[in-house]
Amino acid sequence: MPLPPIHINESIDLIIREEWGRLLASLVAGFNDIQLAEDVLQDAVTDALTNWQANGLPDSPPAWLLTTARRKAIDRFRRDKRFKALQPQIVYLQELEQLHPDEQDDMQAIPDKRLELMFTCCHPALDIKSQIGLTLRTIGGLTVEEIANAFIDKPDAIAKRLTRAKQKIALAGIPYGVPENSVIEERITAILGVIYLIFNEGYSASKGQQTTRQDLSDEAIRLARITFQLLPEHCETGGLLSLMLLHDSRRLARLSDTGKTIPLEHQNRSLWNDNRIQEGRELIKKLLPRGQVGAYQIQASISALHTEALTWQQTDWPQIAALYQLLYQMNPTPVIRLNHAVAVSFADSPQAALQQLKEIEQHPDMARYQPFYAAYADIMQRAGKTTEAQQALAKAIELTNNDADRAFLETKRLLN
Amino acid sequence: MQYMCLIYSADDVGPQPGTAEFGAYIQAYMDFTEETKAKGVFVAGDALQPTHTATTVTTASGKVETTDGPFAETKETLGGYYLLDCKDLDEALAFAAKIPTAAHGRIEVRPVQIFD
Repeated sequence: MPLPPIHINESIDLIIREEWGRLLASLVAGFNDIQLAEDVLQDAVTDALTNWQANGLPDSPPAWLLTTARRKAIDRFRRDKRFKALQPQIVYLQELEQLHPDEQDDMQAIPDKRLELMFTCCHPALDIKSQIGLTLRTIGGLTVEEIANAFIDKPDAIAKRLTRAKQKIALAGIPYGVPENSVIEERITAILGVIYLIFNEGYSASKGQQTTRQDLSDEAIRLARITFQLLPEHCETGGLLSLMLLHDSRRLARLSDTGKTIPLEHQNRSLWNDNRIQEGRELIKKLLPRGQVGAYQIQASISALHTEALTWQQTDWPQIAALYQLLYQMNPTPVIRLNHAVAVSFADSPQAALQQLKEIEQHPDMARYQPFYAAYADIMQRAGKTTEAQQALAKAIELTNNDADRAFLETKRLLN
Repeated sequence: MQYMCLIYSADDVGPQPGTAEFGAYIQAYMDFTEETKAKGVFVAGDALQPTHTATTVTTASGKVETTDGPFAETKETLGGYYLLDCKDLDEALAFAAKIPTAAHGRIEVRPVQIFD
């Protein structure tokens, strides 16, 4: 049934965004070349714009795009001067078409190769910015312009970075595929790390006016959903999804009308997103009994405990402190120790946390770590040590490069 | 695909000649070479004489200029190489990590360029 052109354009955008990663991964699996896969898929999209406007949407737009992209690839191979060398790829593509003459409208028949492509994009032989950019471009289907906007960078610079990364993948033989068992766990951890970085970039923009850049957080949640769908047995993948859902549930409550950061303590809890909370909590409750607890699941559990408290006063601090203790045992970093100290200051007393703070302060990483001084100031204030609190607050303000956080800390200094 | 594994380390780090550890270190190299041959990835591999034996040549000025020493004075120097034929970078990196010097130095893995 043909639809009016304006709807076609919107539909096409939606379909492309939704299916890009799966279509691209399938093409990459066919001829081991991200750049070529991107080019022929882009060509197919261009064709779709004219064809679908004239003839209406096909029965299965993704299958139409895939078939068209494959034909474009065959055409390119035929024009290539290395034609003979490319014969295996051409035969492969032609066989694919003959295999599914009647199944072209069935996306289910196309094997999902997104996980394989994710392992490529998040390969440790690529620098982390390239990993993030490639994942957003290939799996997420974001355009270069969208990535540049999100990271406040020039499109040219992003395009160059992506081209260089794709060249390295091709020239250095970075594989497309699921890695060997001996390294698979660390490689999954790398994928999760990239997704969480994308989320955090959206959740707490390190520069610029907005504390929340919603698009990136949403995209990270979508990427985590895809990854968990592909790795349903991997509890930490679900843990990361749960953690991000729970963090994201507070999105509307954590910024004031004037753009100031509102800490958990002062947030209007009725603004928390119930759908996100419910999904995040149900997920973590299903994961924990599987007995493969990891850092993401513990952090999700902590976040879930916060959502269960109707007021700040009702927060289950002893359990949160215990979870941070567990987290610190797994991953002994000063940042986790700091969070533990904050939980102890509420579960027990500010005085009880002071000794711990003094120890954390010795760590070189803390010297320029803004949240340390913010937490330090707060605990000192509650322990009645006003002078130390003011000094720490001044340092926290000095180290803040985010306008919303700065506004929050400045207000706090005036109040104390 | 062929990968050049360039072995870099500092002279004063790692097992030193004349110690018991050095014997085990050399044995580990012999074992590694055997393994790469047995698995069919070995193409070539050698240790190099120390950098004080190096001579650097350039004709950039239009005539042959010869200088004593390596082209750059760095703490970590090139001490040897393996040329391995692997199916992809993951396999090459897995072998590179087994090169005994990786325990105290660094291995730079570079694909060999193919002209076609």
